Amino acid sequence: MTEKELRVSKIRSGTVIDHVRAGQALNVLSMLGIDGSSGEEISVGMNVPSEALARKDVVKVEGRELSQDELDVLSVIAPDATVNIVRDYDVVEKNRVERPDRVTGVLACPNRNCITTADEPVESAFAVLRDGVRCEYCDTIVREDIAALIDG
Amino acid sequence: MRHDHLLTARQLSREDIEEVLDRAAELDADPSAARERNAGTLLGLCFFEPSTRTKMSFEAAIKRLGGDVVDMGSVDSSSVKKGESLADTVRVIEGYADALVLRHPLEGSAKMASEYVDVPLLNAGDGAGHHPTQTLLDLYTIRETAGLDDLTIGIMGDLKYGRTVHSLATALTNFDAHQHFVSPESLKLPRSVRYDLHEAGANVREHTDLEEVLPSLDVLYVTRIQRERFPDENEYHKVAGQYQIDAETLEAASDDLTVMHPLPRVDEIAPEIDDTAYANYFEQAHNGVPVRMALLDLLMEDDQ
Ligand SMILES: [Zn+2]
Repeated sequence: MTEKELRVSKIRSGTVIDHVRAGQALNVLSMLGIDGSSGEEISVGMNVPSEALARKDVVKVEGRELSQDELDVLSVIAPDATVNIVRDYDVVEKNRVERPDRVTGVLACPNRNCITTADEPVESAFAVLRDGVRCEYCDTIVREDIAALIDG
Repeated sequence: MRHDHLLTARQLSREDIEEVLDRAAELDADPSAARERNAGTLLGLCFFEPSTRTKMSFEAAIKRLGGDVVDMGSVDSSSVKKGESLADTVRVIEGYADALVLRHPLEGSAKMASEYVDVPLLNAGDGAGHHPTQTLLDLYTIRETAGLDDLTIGIMGDLKYGRTVHSLATALTNFDAHQHFVSPESLKLPRSVRYDLHEAGANVREHTDLEEVLPSLDVLYVTRIQRERFPDENEYHKVAGQYQIDAETLEAASDDLTVMHPLPRVDEIAPEIDDTAYANYFEQAHNGVPVRMALLDLLMEDDQ
């Protein structure tokens, strides 16, 4: 086992999200709605040297296998992320995050005149474009700093 | 028309648009058959911001179809003032009417409201968002004058916040139209409209100066530039003045030019133009009635 593989599979069972753009690890957790309050063991590596990206972040969640659907929303802030599902120290599954058609409930619309920001029973919904996201209610397109929209 | 609701111009195909315009022309000539179909139909008016004109136009349309309105009244006197949500309001009023018309100050309000009701809902303006019934009457007017294909149109004024402009520009991508957008730098089309025009492969150009394109236009669609879009009064007068037209401006135009405006106007079009052959904005406003009759007739027909 090389040193690199060792670093990724160090958790016993759970999910390793690798090749996250440097600086996005905490946004990844907040986008997944994971804050440690339900007792999961979480470890975060920041600015780890990487071959593919100059520096990357790594997020490991012990004891929880996240589904592809749950993870795909990350593509809007960490498009290069890879996902390793680990069982008994073995990587049993290796996937990439894929761009979903839409993302609901995770991002908040930045338009203060949008119905989704009013006190109404409506969940935010964004269409995912090639380059950015678009509110399905008010049409606002956001291309830069999508992480700032994470509804945490 | 295969839609439950009318929320945006984007949802309309060329076929949908032509169906509405054809029906409008039919009803304008003879509404009697439609009167039989729609006798007793009740239209619920939910206007969360004042718009007397749009409201009257819908009211005239349903009454000419043999139906009537139930009106929520002004927001000040309704449950909304007591803090009721929009979702609750439309669910209550849906029980009183066969279709709903909604005008609301927030963008996306019509889409959200439509998710809570089963009767057809027509968006009569949601913030700076969409105003598709205005677009259909604009298209009807253009078809009656210049025609919708092989059209060169100039759209001028506040292109950033003007919802009639957003809906019209999107709808025109269904036709063979060259669109020229004329506005001050600070009031150019918003990103989302540009995105839609680009995705539709629309033929568009942007200008800050009307003179550049005026001679080539079949239609000039003028909109109002509002004072509140500018930080100071002087800046407003300086900029807005460049986007007002009078008889002298139109000397450079083609004789067949049609001038349109969603009204009300303030000083964008000089009154001296009203009596010329260019002026079409009053006919345009009148066309709101047959077009809304057609829409209601079609939506109610599909809802049976
Ligand atoms: Zn929005």
